[in-house]
Amino acid sequence: MAAAVAMAARGCGGVWRRARQRGAGQPGPGPGPFPRGQRAVACNARGGAVPAGKSGLVPWVPVVGLEIHAQISSNSKLFSGSQVQFAAPPNSLVSFFDASLPGTLPVLNRRCVEAAVMTGLALNCSINKKSLFDRKHYFYADLPAGYQITQQRVPIAVNGSLSYSLCIDNKMSQMVTKTVRIKQIQLEQDSGKSLHDDTRSQTLVDLNRAGVGLMEVVMEPDMCCGEEAAAAVRELQLILQTLGSSQAVMAEGQLRVDANVSVHHPGEPYGVRTEVKNINSIRFLAKAIDYEIQRQIEELENGGTILNETRAFDSKLGCTVPMRDKEGKQDYRFMPEPNLPPLILYDAKSLPANMNHQQVINIDWIHERLPDLPSVKRKKLVEQYGILPEHSFTLLNEDGLAEFFESVVKQTQMKPKKVIGWILKDLLSYLKQHSLTVKESPVSSFLLADLLNLLEKKEISSPAAKQVMAIKAGNQKVLNKLIGLVQKKTEGRSNPVLVKQLLEKKLSE
Amino acid sequence: MRAVLLGPWLRAGTGPRPHPATPHRAPHRALRAAPTAPNTACDSQQRLPAAGRDLPALKQKVSVEVLDHLEQLALVDFRDSEGVERLQKAIQFADQLHEVNTDGVEPMDSVLEDRCLYLREDDVTEGNCTKELLENAREKVEEYFVAPPGNIPLPKLEERETFLQGSK
Repeated sequence: MAAAVAMAARGCGGVWRRARQRGAGQPGPGPGPFPRGQRAVACNARGGAVPAGKSGLVPWVPVVGLEIHAQISSNSKLFSGSQVQFAAPPNSLVSFFDASLPGTLPVLNRRCVEAAVMTGLALNCSINKKSLFDRKHYFYADLPAGYQITQQRVPIAVNGSLSYSLCIDNKMSQMVTKTVRIKQIQLEQDSGKSLHDDTRSQTLVDLNRAGVGLMEVVMEPDMCCGEEAAAAVRELQLILQTLGSSQAVMAEGQLRVDANVSVHHPGEPYGVRTEVKNINSIRFLAKAIDYEIQRQIEELENGGTILNETRAFDSKLGCTVPMRDKEGKQDYRFMPEPNLPPLILYDAKSLPANMNHQQVINIDWIHERLPDLPSVKRKKLVEQYGILPEHSFTLLNEDGLAEFFESVVKQTQMKPKKVIGWILKDLLSYLKQHSLTVKESPVSSFLLADLLNLLEKKEISSPAAKQVMAIKAGNQKVLNKLIGLVQKKTEGRSNPVLVKQLLEKKLSE
Repeated sequence: MRAVLLGPWLRAGTGPRPHPATPHRAPHRALRAAPTAPNTACDSQQRLPAAGRDLPALKQKVSVEVLDHLEQLALVDFRDSEGVERLQKAIQFADQLHEVNTDGVEPMDSVLEDRCLYLREDDVTEGNCTKELLENAREKVEEYFVAPPGNIPLPKLEERETFLQGSK
């Protein structure tokens, strides 16, 4: 325990340096799990084991499993009628049930069940026509009831799969498809929020989030590195956003990911796993997992052991540290939720004849109305426009980009295969440089289509078109260059200020 | 979180006893290794346990580790050997359930199991009662509830002032 605290205090790099010095005759230079200049990839995309560690002997196989909590996109909470909203005055979106006042009972929100069924179907799960609710007990200030209502015994959906793609060796041109099994999806309540006030040694509790519906997606440990986990989560995020069952914005806490990490030698049983929490972005997810894999390998190669503990990712230091409050094994004392009968879902065959259909959820009805999932959309883009698969990934990865592309294609004679280059290279790189979203693009699809038409009709050259785009996007340097060109043409007889004004006026049309 | 003192509850019903309390002796009837009860599950003549009936002996006494674990998890204070006695008696009483043959019978976990789970429409109908909720709070800071900085864990058995210490 003391060692771990010391590690947190001194920064992770320092401890690993010390660990190396301890082992006599350790080859290799330098500090830290990530030697400078090397990309920290713990496995290659083909799923191979990590090449031999420092000792150069037996390879390590990292194992990564994820538990993902996605906040359901609904107007009201899972078991009460208070509103679901990000950033509202503290404790203003709290009902008596959410505050766990005596005499209140849970009432299940239909929309939350539909969201879970949609998500289960999209992830190829079997939907359990009968699922049960349970209580999971633990004490914490932001859980006023002292228990969370969840679905531990029989969740709403089980045994699904999620397919995702990775680029091999950092090249976009070579993509490989992988699958991770989904163990189950369960409905559960979110807890409130704790704000730690260390100066006054107190915690401030806001229950606005307490009781909001969550879908917990449990993935089997089929992944082997941070890159795979990040790709899987990204794909899940896109699916949830397409379905509308969750907005899945990690920065707003609508998508929270915990990673379970362990390492073992090939052929041997799985090693002790640690749970890594407090990961706030997909980028940090990859970093946290890769760090933890390296940490465990180093620890084991130095003759140490891995504790079955919960660790937090410190994004500033780029390392994981043990979490204080999670010491010791928790006993959640699961018991059936006595206030909720089983949740029964129906399909076309089992539909009850004389029930109020507001009380009936028909799995087949929901299945028929599922929108095109990202994988289907990508396939359609490739088939319809003849673009490359990796292009379709980039199009879907950027919110609104696919629609922009299709809009330009409709309005221009240029072939889609050529248009895609302009979208992905010129437009997208500009937007990225200036941290703009597609919606905020100064170049509209209409304008770009217009420009590309001119290019097709050979009225302007390609470099000229690029310059126009740059100007339209507000690149000052190119504007000045244009003024210079006008000056040259008019042999210095034009008034530069007037020229600039005229040009700017033209550009704003 | 302050420990909920269930000690007095556990001791309720028993009169004052002289110290030290003697451990409960095993009754005359020996306990079979694998009780195969007669099929009296539906037998209306089966007698309910009367107050003075001998309870089957506990297969094993509740260990100090388990008691310590319970004190930590549920924040129950057994306080003294009477409290532990009461717990052992309660377990023995519940163990009578093993006498019923439940082979092939689906467990029931709620009398509501045949009822329809009511589904509510996704409308906002509650909330906006910050003032009322905060009225219950002893301390508040700008509409937040105030709680201690984290869970204050019960000190380890060796450091606690609990009678269990002596029993290790």
